[in-house]
Amino acid sequence: MNEYLKLIWAYLKIGLFGFGGGYAMLSLIQNEVVGSGWITSQMFTDIVAISQMTPGPIGINSATYIGYVITNSVWGSIVATCAVVIPPYILVLLASHYVSEHKNSPYIQGALIGLRPVVVGLIASAALLLMNKDNFGYEFTEQVISIIICIVSFCLVFFTKIHPIIVIIMAGIAGLIIF
Amino acid sequence: MYLKLFITFFKIGLFTFGGGWAMIAIIEREIVDNHKWIAKEDFLDLLAIAQSMPGILAVNIATVIGDNLKGLRGSIVAALGTIMPSFLIILAIATYLTPETIKNNEIISRIFKGIRPAVVALIVAPVITTARNAKINWKTVIIPITIALMIYSHIPIVSNPIVYIILGAIIGIVINIHKTLKKEAHDE
Repeated sequence: MNEYLKLIWAYLKIGLFGFGGGYAMLSLIQNEVVGSGWITSQMFTDIVAISQMTPGPIGINSATYIGYVITNSVWGSIVATCAVVIPPYILVLLASHYVSEHKNSPYIQGALIGLRPVVVGLIASAALLLMNKDNFGYEFTEQVISIIICIVSFCLVFFTKIHPIIVIIMAGIAGLIIF
Repeated sequence: MYLKLFITFFKIGLFTFGGGWAMIAIIEREIVDNHKWIAKEDFLDLLAIAQSMPGILAVNIATVIGDNLKGLRGSIVAALGTIMPSFLIILAIATYLTPETIKNNEIISRIFKGIRPAVVALIVAPVITTARNAKINWKTVIIPITIALMIYSHIPIVSNPIVYIILGAIIGIVINIHKTLKKEAHDE
């Protein structure tokens, strides 16, 4: 199948099933673009890192970056970004115009409640899938250092109010010095 | 007005790091407090619609607000404004920082070796915060764990996250309708 069609199909699915915010969407993106062998797990992590350091939602950032990498053309970026944005755009407009008493709809409410534990599982799977040699290194010492960076970063993000961008910059500096 | 709408959402897209949830506060400040385009209660209603639909939250919010203010054209202008900054910035980065550059440039490669484990940590943190918000307890924790392991398994279909999104939504709807019916029966 044509690369462009594959891109459109992948990002249509990512947009249509992307519930629960950017981190939950990571699981879908990972399944589509790493699972299909388009990019390596390492490249995926790098894209997430770049997305975190630049403004804007990860959904857009990943579509733009991966669209470009796959097709080597701006059109890949445009096509993937449109594919991820247009179906939800239509759904949002339909919902705001035609679903009367939207907030009290037992269908929408029920679906959202049912999705809550799923979203937790999706984010956990994204994290789990990234804990591999691609991201933590192939040699033992490299892996030990990576695990330490991971634990320290987690503590900084989780227990203090330090912004994730600062944590990424600090980890990058640590990498430059240690590796 | 269209230009103002575009510039406002372009600014929102340009200055928010970390996606949807971080954007909500900034959008509210711009739209409700600064421009007074929408009243606070209406904003919360629109936010509820944006959150209940799939897709990128920031774009969804821009869509409902643009639509509310200026109809179909307004929604397109606002959505484009939100998308443009990240699209342009990432495109600029993608042309210079290709996967090959990251691999072959010695300094960049070392920086990314340090960054990758930190990125993993950044994704582990929201697992715990969303679990808390979803009121996951020691009994229900089996649900997200099973889902995570299934997706991790690499088995075709079983490892596709879409399966669990559809299942979760269906089960949620069935339980909710059942509850509503039971409540109605009880009330009578």
